[in-house]
Amino acid sequence: MQSVVVLFVMSLLVFVGVYAIGNPIDILINPQADQIDRERAIAALGLDKPLWEQYLVFLKGALTGDLGRSFVHATPALGLILTRMPATMELAIAAMLIAVVLGIPLGLWAGLKPNGVAGRTIMAGSILGFSLPTFWVGLMLIMVFSVMLGWLPSNGRGPTMLLFGLVPVSFLSWEGLSHLVLPATNLALFKLALLIRLTRAGTRESLLQDYVKFARAKGLSNARVIGVHVLRNIMIPIVTVIGLEFGSVIAFAIVTESVFAWPGMGKLLIDSINLLDRPVIVAYLLVIVTLFIVINLVVDVLYSALDPRVRLAEAKG
Amino acid sequence: MSTVVPAVPEPAARAAQSPFARIASDFVANPVAVFGLVLLALIVAAAVFAPLISPQNPYDLAQLDVMDSKLPPGSKSPNGGTFWLGTDDQGRDMLSAIFYGLRISLMVGAASTVLALLVGLTMGLTAAYLGGRIETLIMRIVDIQLSFPAILIALILIAVLGQGTGKVIAALVTIQWAYYARTVRSAALVEKRKEYMEAARCLALSPARIVFRHLLPNCLPPMIVVATVQVAAAIALEATLSFLGLGLPITEPSLGLLIANGYQYLLSGKYWISFFPGVALLATIVSINLVADQLRDVLNPRLSR
Repeated sequence: MQSVVVLFVMSLLVFVGVYAIGNPIDILINPQADQIDRERAIAALGLDKPLWEQYLVFLKGALTGDLGRSFVHATPALGLILTRMPATMELAIAAMLIAVVLGIPLGLWAGLKPNGVAGRTIMAGSILGFSLPTFWVGLMLIMVFSVMLGWLPSNGRGPTMLLFGLVPVSFLSWEGLSHLVLPATNLALFKLALLIRLTRAGTRESLLQDYVKFARAKGLSNARVIGVHVLRNIMIPIVTVIGLEFGSVIAFAIVTESVFAWPGMGKLLIDSINLLDRPVIVAYLLVIVTLFIVINLVVDVLYSALDPRVRLAEAKG
Repeated sequence: MSTVVPAVPEPAARAAQSPFARIASDFVANPVAVFGLVLLALIVAAAVFAPLISPQNPYDLAQLDVMDSKLPPGSKSPNGGTFWLGTDDQGRDMLSAIFYGLRISLMVGAASTVLALLVGLTMGLTAAYLGGRIETLIMRIVDIQLSFPAILIALILIAVLGQGTGKVIAALVTIQWAYYARTVRSAALVEKRKEYMEAARCLALSPARIVFRHLLPNCLPPMIVVATVQVAAAIALEATLSFLGLGLPITEPSLGLLIANGYQYLLSGKYWISFFPGVALLATIVSINLVADQLRDVLNPRLSR
């Protein structure tokens, strides 16, 4: 219920706010156009009506899944965003995979040997990962791997193929995959640092717990103690964070997409802000807020599925 | 901290010290943090004294020569000087541009942090002290806001407010007050139950006096830590917005804008236009984070990991 209210309030705030700035007519219409042409264009875009009426029209459309038409592309704004969504999703999932596949083992290692050289190096690296501004790292990746070494392409998605005959993706061909590597790495760095720290802290904590001592006292092998007893217990916070951070990866993709000219929704948003394409801005925000609400819901459900304590408490209550 | 450092006085002597002296002596116990502090001091000094130490005034078009554009680092300038970090597309000395850019980046970061701190403190203390419906309302807004990534909120606000220095600061304040409000509220809720607060109420002091003279000073340590981290976050966010072309005006380029400026030349191998402003930005953020890390340990042993 709260999420519906949030969605509604957001739509109102953003709508009013976005419509208060600038005049898209100035950008969209040829300056040489005469007064009659201007007025016709304004009426065609529905900009002659008072603001509250525009909002009501928008709201009525929104309830039926119509978030208005883009001023610039003259196609439905929602459709425009949905065609860009697979690119962003592919990038975000690839980044999250990199972060998880590298972050958990590195964090585990740093947690098991906190005072070793490797452990310290990993931690220092993670501080750097937090401090480095994403966009600058992106530029440096382009500089090293595209310009100096010439190994990987610096922009675009490369050729896409249809996954399940529906979704266009890059990762099915070598060419597409090579386009994906740099942006995904760039987007992954921040989350990688976060996962390393989280896993390390969890590992250090659980190593001191009684159940680990007990498992060792039973004479279990080191691999089993770590793989089963430690890892399973630290998975709960990690899965929660992975879920919640997925939303923020999608948001941060805006920056990475701009650096690597990746044709996703984030790039669309930046372009729309620059062109004052109001319907697309509003539609993007509503889509992303909805996405966040769905992600939070899924994490909540996963959380109770993973943590027996939450499950039991709910069963009792 | 469990390790005993000889430089730190014994507990008996420590009690006699002023809190500031104790914090200072704890702080210098970590060489990495001291390095961060020195680096930060150098950066701030470079920003403050930019007009004095810069080889040229990057805003003065008369001093720029297009013939000097895109020279690599170390090139000689026609009037005998050296472009240590090269020049950009307008023949601007990168070193000077970075000093002036630092000035703007630090100013925006500091201004937004101070304002956000004031707003956050007021809201957080109000919530904690009054409780009830007002507290629920304020904290609900904080919760909702913190569940969205800062960059997203920043972009929404910039899309709504438009561009310009004042608007970027306004956007940063709107994003950051929530962090302070949450921190100060949780600190204030703990302090509120302590005896000195009860004593203050028994003395029938005015609520304003209780909040500002008794409650506030005791809530400050965690706030200082959050504020330090948030300055770095504000600088990084401003740089990101400027890089996306949605931040500060191009007439007074911050570090983010300088980096964006060099983006188009990066592909032709002219790395220095983007690289060095990025290094300056990175050094600023890292040094602030190092100082914040140590402050966290010094000011609040409970928070240290």
